[in-house]
Amino acid sequence: MEFSVQGMDFNRAGEAAAQIKKALQLVGMHVDTVRRAVIVAYEAELNIVIHARQGRLAAYIHPDRVEIEAVDEGPGIPDISQAMREGYSTAPDHIRKMGFGAGMGLPNIKKSASHMQLTSEVNVGTRLTAIINNQTSGD
Amino acid sequence: MPHYFHSVMLDRDKCKGCTNCIKHCPTEAIRVREGQAIIIEERCIDCGECIRICPNRAKLAITDPLEKLADYQYNIALPAPSLYAQFGPDVLPGNILSALLKIGFDEVYEVAVGAVAVSNHLRRYIEHRPRPQPVISSACPAVVRLMQVRFPGLLEHIAPIETPMEVSARLAREKARQEHGLADKAIGIFFITPCPAKVTAVKQPFGKRSYVDGAFSMSDIYGAILQRLSDAADDSRNSLSPALGVGWGKTGGENHAIKEHALLAVDGIHNVINVLEEIERGELADIDYVEAQACTGGCIGGPLTPQNLFVARVRMEKLLKKLADCRQPLPDFPSDPDYYRLPGPIPPRPTLQLSDDINQAITMLEEVEHITAQLPGLDCGSCGSPNCRALAEDIVRGYAENSYCVFKLRERLQLLASEIVDLAHKQPPAMGKHVK
Ligand code: SF4
Ligand code: SF4
Repeated sequence: MEFSVQGMDFNRAGEAAAQIKKALQLVGMHVDTVRRAVIVAYEAELNIVIHARQGRLAAYIHPDRVEIEAVDEGPGIPDISQAMREGYSTAPDHIRKMGFGAGMGLPNIKKSASHMQLTSEVNVGTRLTAIINNQTSGD
Repeated sequence: MPHYFHSVMLDRDKCKGCTNCIKHCPTEAIRVREGQAIIIEERCIDCGECIRICPNRAKLAITDPLEKLADYQYNIALPAPSLYAQFGPDVLPGNILSALLKIGFDEVYEVAVGAVAVSNHLRRYIEHRPRPQPVISSACPAVVRLMQVRFPGLLEHIAPIETPMEVSARLAREKARQEHGLADKAIGIFFITPCPAKVTAVKQPFGKRSYVDGAFSMSDIYGAILQRLSDAADDSRNSLSPALGVGWGKTGGENHAIKEHALLAVDGIHNVINVLEEIERGELADIDYVEAQACTGGCIGGPLTPQNLFVARVRMEKLLKKLADCRQPLPDFPSDPDYYRLPGPIPPRPTLQLSDDINQAITMLEEVEHITAQLPGLDCGSCGSPNCRALAEDIVRGYAENSYCVFKLRERLQLLASEIVDLAHKQPPAMGKHVK
């Protein structure tokens, strides 16, 4: 499933994540997988809303995992390792005043996902892929 | 035997199949088929939204009849705090309790009293900063059931603490046994309920048993109380009515009783859903406790309360001011934390799943996406499903057909019609010009 996400559209932030959650529940993914995937999807969605002009959020559902992909057109991230640090934020002041952009987005994604990959090109955009393994009764 | 007890039912004679209710159900539990609403049992959380919305009064709540008092030797009424807000400004809780005794109860035990015991215990529980944050109230059974169906990942946030109704029933039962030497079987405990959700909580509790034996609808008993109020005024029974406990009847009351923490109060089932979604995304970890009530305004806005919510709210505020000034000493409550514990964790109710087999479920999901994309997306409800996506799910589950969509039906009719016209223009070769 795919969703397009508009930069600065805070009113709709979270809609894509909610749809993805619904789909995962329909499929019957493990409760914990759903929980983690929602956090990843929402933070990824929010990153596009805060930083980018526009982007696309996609979820690919497999029996053993969920892949979340967020691709945006925007400023990109100059220093990825810095961006991964908790509390590091490039969100402008007015957005932080709204309670967003506390610099927890990427660290939260990393915490919730089983694998994550981030590539970015300054002034072009960012691509994030995160995989959440589905806990099955076997593990 | 149905798997789930439900207080909310359909009156088949009154239902016109108008589809008004299907869109307001928070768990998409209603469909209209063959001109009648059907409630999908596993999904219904007895919130009563459909009772409020139905223009034909075809949704009703099953509660116990007053005749049930005859089944027990000694009957105790448990008035919900919201009951006190249903009467005129001069009616005090004491008057209402006296009237209840005149109706035929042998004793009354105010749920407001149990609510104080629960508040004390909740305060202690939150002080230990249990994880995960925030703790979510267990008091509204409609919210708890909503979480079982739609937010199973959040169930571990629920405070593992019994509701004021259960705690009050247990305290009342123990008191009656001690004071009158009664056997358990002889005691009947009846909750005066503002909502169907509490009825279900009594009939199908999470633990093995409920301490409550039955539930009378507040609206049903309202008239009987009113009739007996006038002569109750002079022999007004002493009520304890602690303001902190009575306040539980309205939004914010729980939080007020707990105090001194980061607390959030949310009311109205659709607002509750929004807040739960926030918690699900990992937000609100700075909040200690979330008081969530399915009804707008809290229990004073319950579907079975006779009074208009806005009037009840004013009455409640006034009453709370009055009660705050005249504190009565309360009984000693048990101090053992286990006394207040829920009997066990609340299990999820996974009713949304398309198939038990995950591979098949994924294939079905793809089909749902595919069908949804072809439907008009108007969410008109004429098909009897709450929205286009829900119809697509129903089709894939085998409960509906594509042609239930009036637009799809029209498309097909148009195709068929143009085919008929085409056919009509064709002439069999044997028909010559002279044949008309
Ligand atoms: S009581 Fe609530 S959950 Fe049940 S059918 Fe009515 S609106 Fe839906
Ligand atoms: S808010 Fe109160 S009245 Fe409404 S459903 Fe919940 S417990 Fe019942």
